Amino acid sequence: MLLNASGCLDALTAPAVARSLDGFVTKTVTPLPRDGNAPVRIVETEVGMLNSIGLANPGIDRFVTRDLPQLDKLGIPLWVSVGGFEADDYADSCLRLDDLAEVAAIELNVSCPNVEAPAENATQIVAAARLATRKPLWAKLSPAVPDVGEVARAAQAAGADGLSLVNTVRGLALDRRTLRPALGPGHGGLSGPALKPVALAAVAACYEATGMPIVGMGGVQTGLDALELIAAGAKHVALGTVLFSDPDAPARVRAELYDAAAERGWESYDDARGVAHEELLSRGATATRHVA
Amino acid sequence: MRRERLSVVANEQVGAYTLLRVKRGGIDPGAPGQFFMLEAPGRLLPRPMSLCFAPVGELVFLIDAIGPGTKALCALDAGDRLHVLGPLGNGFRLDVGQPLLVGGGIGIAPLPYLSEALGRPPAVLGFRSARHAEAAVLLADAQVCVEPTLVTDLIEPGPDILACGPEPMLAAIRELAPEAQLAWEAPMACGFGACYGCAVEIGGVLKRLCVEGPVLNAA
Repeated sequence: MLLNASGCLDALTAPAVARSLDGFVTKTVTPLPRDGNAPVRIVETEVGMLNSIGLANPGIDRFVTRDLPQLDKLGIPLWVSVGGFEADDYADSCLRLDDLAEVAAIELNVSCPNVEAPAENATQIVAAARLATRKPLWAKLSPAVPDVGEVARAAQAAGADGLSLVNTVRGLALDRRTLRPALGPGHGGLSGPALKPVALAAVAACYEATGMPIVGMGGVQTGLDALELIAAGAKHVALGTVLFSDPDAPARVRAELYDAAAERGWESYDDARGVAHEELLSRGATATRHVA
Repeated sequence: MRRERLSVVANEQVGAYTLLRVKRGGIDPGAPGQFFMLEAPGRLLPRPMSLCFAPVGELVFLIDAIGPGTKALCALDAGDRLHVLGPLGNGFRLDVGQPLLVGGGIGIAPLPYLSEALGRPPAVLGFRSARHAEAAVLLADAQVCVEPTLVTDLIEPGPDILACGPEPMLAAIRELAPEAQLAWEAPMACGFGACYGCAVEIGGVLKRLCVEGPVLNAA
């Protein structure tokens, strides 16, 4: 399944792009409306881009009453990304969405680098959300932790059905003339090609740690990039920054993904899932023995 | 919106700026003030450019080579190809009685196409140097000033102003003419509402320039 990464597509301003995906993941919705961060909000770097949008969104009430009915008309599965500043925020939004047939799944954004982190950790947020909804819950994790596999195990134990990996990681760009932060708020989240190796490592670690379904994302530009994430353990793949430069990317990446799998002798790209793993494990074991 | 890979016809120097001419392909030139996302060779993100001219079979953009993306665009040779997406955003309203075009610096980019659409109304252009002011050749009979004289020193009250230029110029025009149509500029990653990067604060409200603008009423 090919999705968009949350915050990388507005299905209402670009419905044809959304329809070219297998499902649409909304921009993160918080309990109250948010204008987002002060401009400048994006800057290109040599190997990616930084954004500091700051969860601009209409709030859960207007999202449910105004946006959701319009999104439903697209006729594709809708994943609603939910965010907040404490575990109850997530639980409240999940409760609002629980009865709505239009919502196929909920992604818990517990890892936005551009706003203050919730007081509770990912486990507590997943646990609170689990009590509030029967919808499939996907926890979107940050790779910027010492052991993302451990976070994934905790999310699984708290009731998550799947993982979205990875969110952007915090970065800083300076205006090269003034040497002051290029982004209005200072820091931003790094995405694009620079993120791909980070995503591959996180997907591999969480697949190993949990075996859960994973939506892999981070720096996917081509079908081969997508196949690499699948080989690392992802079941689905999401497109992020590439959608900004190429709104036709979903059809292209899908075709390239089929070709890349076929060239390597797989009937389906599903067959490639986790193939990087055995090797990764055996090499890890070798390395450990060597050190010992 | 439509995305196509187009061939460069020519890159021509106009004073301090570069006029990039590409074959039009199947892309609609859109309305004056609308913009296109131009693939910048070797860069991750495309660059937003308003259309300067739409001669038969071509799209023509005026570019100021100020960063790595615009420099890459200005270095393109005839026959090189680049992806172009558009037309995007909302252009100028053309139902004005007594139009006056006002441009500042690279902000003159959308004015030649707009001037054609409005039957060549009067125009006032401001630049920061004589070399930059050479671009006034793109808009015949325009009144031209160079800093320290500002376009707002030359504008009389009355006409329907359609303006594009740096933010301080637009802010000054808004004070003079609350009914003016102003074309704003902001860094943007996508051009079609996806990235939320081009939000600018206008009158205390954040607006996504790509889908709500780039042309907005002053008041």
